[in-house]
Amino acid sequence: MSNKRIGQRTIQLGSSPAILSCANIGGKLEKQGPLAGCFDELHEDSFFGEKTWEKAESRMQQKVVQSALDKAKLHAGDLDYIFAGDLLNQCIGSSFGLRDFNIPFFGLYGACSTMGESLALAAMTIDGGFADKAAAVTSSHYCTAERQYRMPVPYGNQRAPTAQWTATAAGCCILGREGNGPYVTHITCGKIVDKGITDVNNMGAAMAPAAYDSISAFLQDTKTKPTDFDLILTGDLGELGHSIVQGFFERDGVDMSKNYLDCGMLLYDRKKQDMHAGGSGCGCSAAVLCGYLLPGLRAGKWRRILFAPTGALLSPTSSFQGESIPGVCHAVCISAEK
Amino acid sequence: MDYLKAFLCGGILCAIGQILIDKTQLTPARILTGYVVSGVLLGAVGVYQPIADWGGAGATVPLTGFGFALAKGVKKSVEEKGWLGVFTGGLTATAGGIAAAVIFGALMALLFRPGDKR
Repeated sequence: MSNKRIGQRTIQLGSSPAILSCANIGGKLEKQGPLAGCFDELHEDSFFGEKTWEKAESRMQQKVVQSALDKAKLHAGDLDYIFAGDLLNQCIGSSFGLRDFNIPFFGLYGACSTMGESLALAAMTIDGGFADKAAAVTSSHYCTAERQYRMPVPYGNQRAPTAQWTATAAGCCILGREGNGPYVTHITCGKIVDKGITDVNNMGAAMAPAAYDSISAFLQDTKTKPTDFDLILTGDLGELGHSIVQGFFERDGVDMSKNYLDCGMLLYDRKKQDMHAGGSGCGCSAAVLCGYLLPGLRAGKWRRILFAPTGALLSPTSSFQGESIPGVCHAVCISAEK
Repeated sequence: MDYLKAFLCGGILCAIGQILIDKTQLTPARILTGYVVSGVLLGAVGVYQPIADWGGAGATVPLTGFGFALAKGVKKSVEEKGWLGVFTGGLTATAGGIAAAVIFGALMALLFRPGDKR
């Protein structure tokens, strides 16, 4: 057994890769939300100056990567790898957005857990001695997600009260072997957890078991409890998914009520913004991580957080075929000190 | 008075749709096709004609009205052509509506850029 593995399935990164810089970008509704002040850039125009929304999403990825490079005073050539993914077919948001950077590219699909997945892989690659610097980036866009999963926005589809709003946002982290914090210290890779939920209007309930699976594995493997962290966050479980996770932990006698939040519930003001069930999408957890959580750790607001975004691994085809919704949750522990 | 009846009739049909969106798991696509099928069934049994007589455009414009037109068209065509009418009747009656939807949709796509809701 390798000396980096602890417990059943958690890894401890001995070198604690540092997050050198982070950047995020958002759209109109993110600008109107409570975390508007936590964005590097906000655009009212959903096209971000491009001809199509798909190009806009690629532009968002390109902008956050450039912004993170600028903040870290690095060039694209300084990065050994870039780990990126998004919600679109064949992940074109990432590939078209990043093609001009000429950075060795690992394309990922984790649905809304992609920020956790990309951050984990970038950190592992550095800790394993395979890279000095690596970037993790992901994005989502309301209009491209609607075209991808439901109907194109100009069709004028009506949203159900339980529908979530895919965030128009992107986030990028650049990690390095050496640097000032925050640091990635532990990772629990998610397993695919499917409890048979088929209702696409209830993604929170579908993904909650995966969140419970990864977070409880993390806590058990590291022999910690929720209050050992300043914050534990899932990505976009919404109100219902959030309370389901709390319920699972209560059954185990673990109290998750003190410091457990959900990025989708933080990004928008659900009452004022007619968000229905809350925010979702890869960009939701990415933007909250890169604009709110990491700066907060750097500023000393928090000491240690567990970032555990969740993803629903369905496709429009699987839904039409009556399949249930498998979920995955990647848990990453980020600490202000090594 | 005609306007009021059309308004009430169309409004009730739309309100039913909103209740279906809010209270059931039905997707918008299922609700829309359900409306067409309901129009066909109600038209076939003769219930929709009195509704259309009362509500005017408020009954013929919503999708139930489209289903009703399909049913009427099939009935008429079967009377004229026998069994062949089952296949030709519906599309013949709704040809104008379908062509208008395609032509105006294409025209709008040429003239305007897509935007988003907010």
